[in-house]
Amino acid sequence: MTSWRRYLFEPLLNNNPITIQMLGICSALAVTTNLKTALTMCIAVIVVMTVSSGIISAIRHHIPSSIRLIIQITIIASMVIVIDQILQAWFFEISRVLSIFVSLIVTNCLVMGRTEGFAMHNGVVPSILDALGNAAGYSLILIFVASIREILGMGTLLGIPLLPLAEHGGWFEPMAFMQKAPSAFFIIGLLIWGIRSIKTEQVEAAKITLHGTLPMSATSREGGS
Amino acid sequence: MIDIIISAIFSDNLALSFFLGMCTFMAVSSRVETAAGLGVAIIVVQTITVPLNNLVFHTLLAESALQWAGIANQDLSFLKLIAFIGIIAAMVQILEVVLDRFSPALYSALGVFLPLITVNCAILGASLFMVERHYNFTESIAYGFGSGVGWALAVLLFAAIRERLNQQRIPDGLRGLGLAFIITGLISMGFSAFTLA
Repeated sequence: MTSWRRYLFEPLLNNNPITIQMLGICSALAVTTNLKTALTMCIAVIVVMTVSSGIISAIRHHIPSSIRLIIQITIIASMVIVIDQILQAWFFEISRVLSIFVSLIVTNCLVMGRTEGFAMHNGVVPSILDALGNAAGYSLILIFVASIREILGMGTLLGIPLLPLAEHGGWFEPMAFMQKAPSAFFIIGLLIWGIRSIKTEQVEAAKITLHGTLPMSATSREGGS
Repeated sequence: MIDIIISAIFSDNLALSFFLGMCTFMAVSSRVETAAGLGVAIIVVQTITVPLNNLVFHTLLAESALQWAGIANQDLSFLKLIAFIGIIAAMVQILEVVLDRFSPALYSALGVFLPLITVNCAILGASLFMVERHYNFTESIAYGFGSGVGWALAVLLFAAIRERLNQQRIPDGLRGLGLAFIITGLISMGFSAFTLA
């Protein structure tokens, strides 16, 4: 039981796909201008990942290893097409906002990374749990970034006004910058900094410098700045 | 034409304003040489696959595109995802074989990066944008080339900055991925200055 729990909860913070494994960053940033599109994207990713991990794990003994990537891509792409068609049929407005990013789940390295790295070597139940956990870890970051960008960029959350806007007599002036691309980079960068300040074991080792000098030790700090 | 190229390179840069190909972007950018190699590979593949996908989409998949074969009112555009991925993977394989045969020097320089490109979302993303924006054949050549150059330019800039940063003292928690994001944000801000309001 404990190992099951580990598959599910380890990727949430300790081994988060975005902040540690560096997977699935592309789509993570683009859909986070507001919470609604981010939530839609999260649900799409969770469904695609769980189902395709389950399928691939179930047939893993029958896949010849030379063509395994093509088979994985085909399974994932079929799932994504289904999701895309469902969104276009019932949630047309959201699917227009998400534009190509739902389709791009196909090349989302998170999905491929987990099917290739985990589902190909493990049973169906652990694979599904692992996929769920990783998709949830991904969703966590997306929801966090999207909440910040929507609140500060438009003063709303899920479309509900949260901060009184200046144009309606309130005090809050929306920051247009939060709706632009660079802000997503900054928020994720600062978020990683925050997580690593608390969980210091996640800090990356210093690289060897170019001119052959020794890498500075991880503990040395400069006084002042 | 010129408009499409310029805007694909600067204001609509795939990496910096649509976040495409970010995973590869973060992974290969620790050295300038690797970044340059990947950049060239992306330009080549992009310039070939986007027009090719455009042809395939308009002769086979688009709504009532199959009229030349006597099949009217057949909309196969939902298949574009699988078709594009297949074409990209096949193109990359063919490119690998051709380069190996005719230009071994270039092959050994690009060799490692070509398979990586198949799963790079910038390539697929450009093809999907091409469909969404209704580019015709010549426009799609321009768009493929421009977006490739834009991506290469971004990764080259980023790699150069990161190489310098290896010699700097950086707060522990920020080192590596955290700072990489913030730098990309700054470059992205710079590029957004090219956008004509």
